[in-house]
Formats: sequence, structure tokens, C-alpha cells
Amino acid sequence: MRYDVFIAGFGGQGVLMAGNLLGYAAIIEGKNVSFFPSYGVEKRGGAAMCTVVIADTDVGSPVVGNPSVALILNQTSFDKFAARVKTGGLCIVNSSLVDPTGLSRTDIEVIAIPMNEIAIELGDHRMVNMVAVGAYAARTGAVAIATFEEALRQTLPERNHRFIPANIRAIAAGAQRV
Amino acid sequence: MTKRLFMKGNEALAMAAIEAGCRYYFGYPITPQSDIPEYMARELPRLGGEFVQAESEVASINMLLGASATGARAMTSSSSPGISLKQEGISYMAGAELPGVIVNICRSGPGLGGIDASQADYFQAVKGGGHGGYHIIVLAPSSVQEMYDLTMLAFDLSDLYRIPAMILGDSVVGQMKESFVPHPRPLRDLPPKEWVVRGREKGEQRVVKSLYLGDGELEAHNWKLHARYAELKEKEVRREEFMLDDAELIVTAFGSAARIARSAVMAARDKGLKVGLLRPITLFPFPEKAFRAATQRCRKVLAIELNAGQMVEDVRLSVARDAEVFFYGRPPGAGSLPTPEELLVQIEKYC
Repeated sequence: MRYDVFIAGFGGQGVLMAGNLLGYAAIIEGKNVSFFPSYGVEKRGGAAMCTVVIADTDVGSPVVGNPSVALILNQTSFDKFAARVKTGGLCIVNSSLVDPTGLSRTDIEVIAIPMNEIAIELGDHRMVNMVAVGAYAARTGAVAIATFEEALRQTLPERNHRFIPANIRAIAAGAQRV
Repeated sequence: MTKRLFMKGNEALAMAAIEAGCRYYFGYPITPQSDIPEYMARELPRLGGEFVQAESEVASINMLLGASATGARAMTSSSSPGISLKQEGISYMAGAELPGVIVNICRSGPGLGGIDASQADYFQAVKGGGHGGYHIIVLAPSSVQEMYDLTMLAFDLSDLYRIPAMILGDSVVGQMKESFVPHPRPLRDLPPKEWVVRGREKGEQRVVKSLYLGDGELEAHNWKLHARYAELKEKEVRREEFMLDDAELIVTAFGSAARIARSAVMAARDKGLKVGLLRPITLFPFPEKAFRAATQRCRKVLAIELNAGQMVEDVRLSVARDAEVFFYGRPPGAGSLPTPEELLVQIEKYC
């Protein structure tokens, strides 16, 4: 079992947080994991991207050329990374900000979820990354949805633990959309 | 300490340094290694140690020299341009036979270059980056676990041979988070430091210096240093061999490139291609004998690096006489990190 995923968006959307959360969840489940942030001059509004690999055995290269899944939160990331998804792979896009209709390839599946709207409905647009992670985990089974509560405790600093219930709701909402 | 942790390579390295008994850190911030001083700044004061953010890289390497001269375990870290600034101090440490750990989480160059993963400091690290014809111990981790393990080893080897030791990494192994298991410092017999600097009032005066002006003195000193490098080559070479037994092509790479290459080798195996990996872990001493032995049987080697060709020169000097050595590398920069898929294409060219 090996899962690899690109998570991409702009700085401030919680792309690296989403990757970290998947990483902690995989560790809790006793799996191996690598979380590799594309280490550029990331800043709010700039490009943010990370690669997460989860495996029962060795994770191998933390650098991946063609992932089986891309989790895309904004249009520029879609334009850049949708082309790199492996044939037969999956692109989960935030349709609040991404118009996937321009994609010329038919060999990958595209799931469009209005992640911003869902997050706003649940009380805070900043939970867009949680909606994304929930959709990814539910669809692929890379980690169990139930693991995220403990993973959030380990990922977030103590002072933010009061937000865990809201984040769990956002993860569940994302999971329901696939 | 058997719990699996999920941390950045840079943090694992800093954690290992403290576990190895390092209580003094001197540095100056630079991307992509700043997690190391951040960790040290947080942890060292409460352990009774000292964290000093120096006014420059030149100051911090000389602080390391001073701390080592008193016998303390100490470390500095930086990234490529900062390591260039430290070269004078490293040469002085080599000349004065001082241990000490120097971390280079490389960025791309030349000059200010960029912050992307690079292996273009290989020559500088293994050929004696400063003046005077010396070597330092150079270790190249390719995982977060090795960032931990090799840092601990660097302190021991450095003390044992009285040679500065360098960890040579980049943003892939430094910024990546992975699971790893920290462990206590392994027991190792180290000689007492009977050379630490001492004034006259405490017995015989002991001076730590690299200046030798007497007739024949400096030559003798150099031969002593070079005998120690020979001893390192004899005793301390480390490398990983992966699927070499029946290989018809040997891929070689170090550090982060080896990590990517290993996945490409496995993909080649899935296609039925007989490919193996020989990964130098110690870059100095270089695993010369391992290359000679492996190329007695398999005559084709493909060296892969995140630069335009540096380690490949040492590979060429090490292989059996009629072995062919090929090279694939990319000068580092944004968007230039090769993927396993791209390396597989290169491997297939030679199969």
C-alpha cells in the first residue's frame, strides 16, 4: 500500500498544515510517511505546495513526479499540477476557486467540491484545508477519518486545541462530498 | 527513546547533537537551515548550554574553534554561502587538530543563487574547502533517521580522529518531515582530550595552534594529518549497497539524490531491469574499495547528482580500470529537482 498526493494552493490556504495533518495521522496509524514541502519563498498569497507519501513499507522518494492524487485549492495550482497526475489518477479540486473545465485530458478523474462555501457554511473560510483533507482521506482510504482528532491534537499547538471540534466537522463535511 | 517521532530533518539533526552531548552552538541565520538554530536556541539554555547567534559566519566558526579548544562538544550550521565564509576557520581547525561539527544544509549557487536543494558543494566539502591541503570528515544523510544517526556519529568520529566533521545535506533532507526513532548516544571508547588548551598555572602549558615555523616541523605535522586521513579511509568508510548482486548497471548517488534514485532503481527492477544502487554515506572517506569491488563484476556505473558533475570524478578514480562511468545531473535551482520518473528514463538509456 502506497499513497502519494500533491497538495497545492496559495500561501494562507493551509496547504502545509493539511500535509502535516495527514503525516501525523499516518504516524498514529503506524504507517510510514514523508512530508516534503516544496521549499520555495512561500508567503501569504504566493504558491504553496507539498508532497505527502504514506506507505506500509518504505516510503521511497519523498519527491514525486506524477502523483496518483492531486488535491488542488486554487486555479494556478490546477493549471500547473493537473497535468502531472498519473494516468488513471484523481484530481480533487476546490471548485470555489478552480474551474476545471479547461482540462484537456480525459485519463484522470476530477472531483469538484466547493470547499470555500462548505468551510464558510461551517463558520470559517480558513477550514478549507480541512474540507480538502476530509475529501482526500474518505476517497482514498490513505488514513481513517477517525484518526484526525488525535492527529489534530498533535499537529496544532495547545492554544488552538479549542478549534478541534470545528475542524473535525469540516473534515467530516469534506468526507461526505466524495 | 523508542517512540517514533514525525519531525523535520533539521530538527532531528539538532536533537541528535544535544543527545550527543553538544552544549554549545554558534551560528548565523540562513535558509534552509534556520530550524537548527531555532531548535538550539530553545533547548540549549535549559540544559545549561549556550546558544550564540553570532554577528557573522566568520565569528561563529571561530567560536566553534574556541569551544573545541577547551574540549567541549560544539556545533555550527549554515548554508552554502555561509559555509564559504567559514572556510578559513575550518582550515584553522583542521590545522590545529580540533574536532567540531559543521552542518551545511546546501542551497543552490554560485553566489547567492537560490534556496533550492543542491549538491554543488561536494567539491568544497570533500576536497578541503579552505587553504592548506587538508580534509574533513563528510557525512551525507539521505533520510530524517540518518540526519539523526549521522550527526551523532559525526561528533564521535570528530573526537576520535581530531578532525572537523561536516554533515552535508540540503532542503530535501532538512525540510522534509518523516518518521524516525531517536536513540540514546551509543557507547564508544573515546580517548581523553589531553590536548585541550591549558595555562601554565595548571601544569605544563598546552597550546592549540596551526602555526609551525621550525625546520621540517610543518611537513611532519602535515604527514601526521595525512596519516590520519589514510586511517579514516581504512576504518571509517560507510556506504549502502542495494540490489547490487546481479546488477548490470550500478546507479550511484548520495544524500537526497540517492533517495530519489533508489525509487527509480526499484521502478527499473519492476520493469525487469537489473539495476542496483551504491550509495556513499561517508563522502570523505570515499568508499573507493566498494566501487572497485562492485565494478570488478558490473562494468557500468551511472552517477546521479544535483549538480553538473562532482562526485562522479571520485567515482571515476575508484572504479575498476575498464568500467564505464556515465553521469546525469542537473545544476540546482527552482524546478530542477529530478523526479524518480525522470531518473528512470536516464537509467533505461544504459540498460
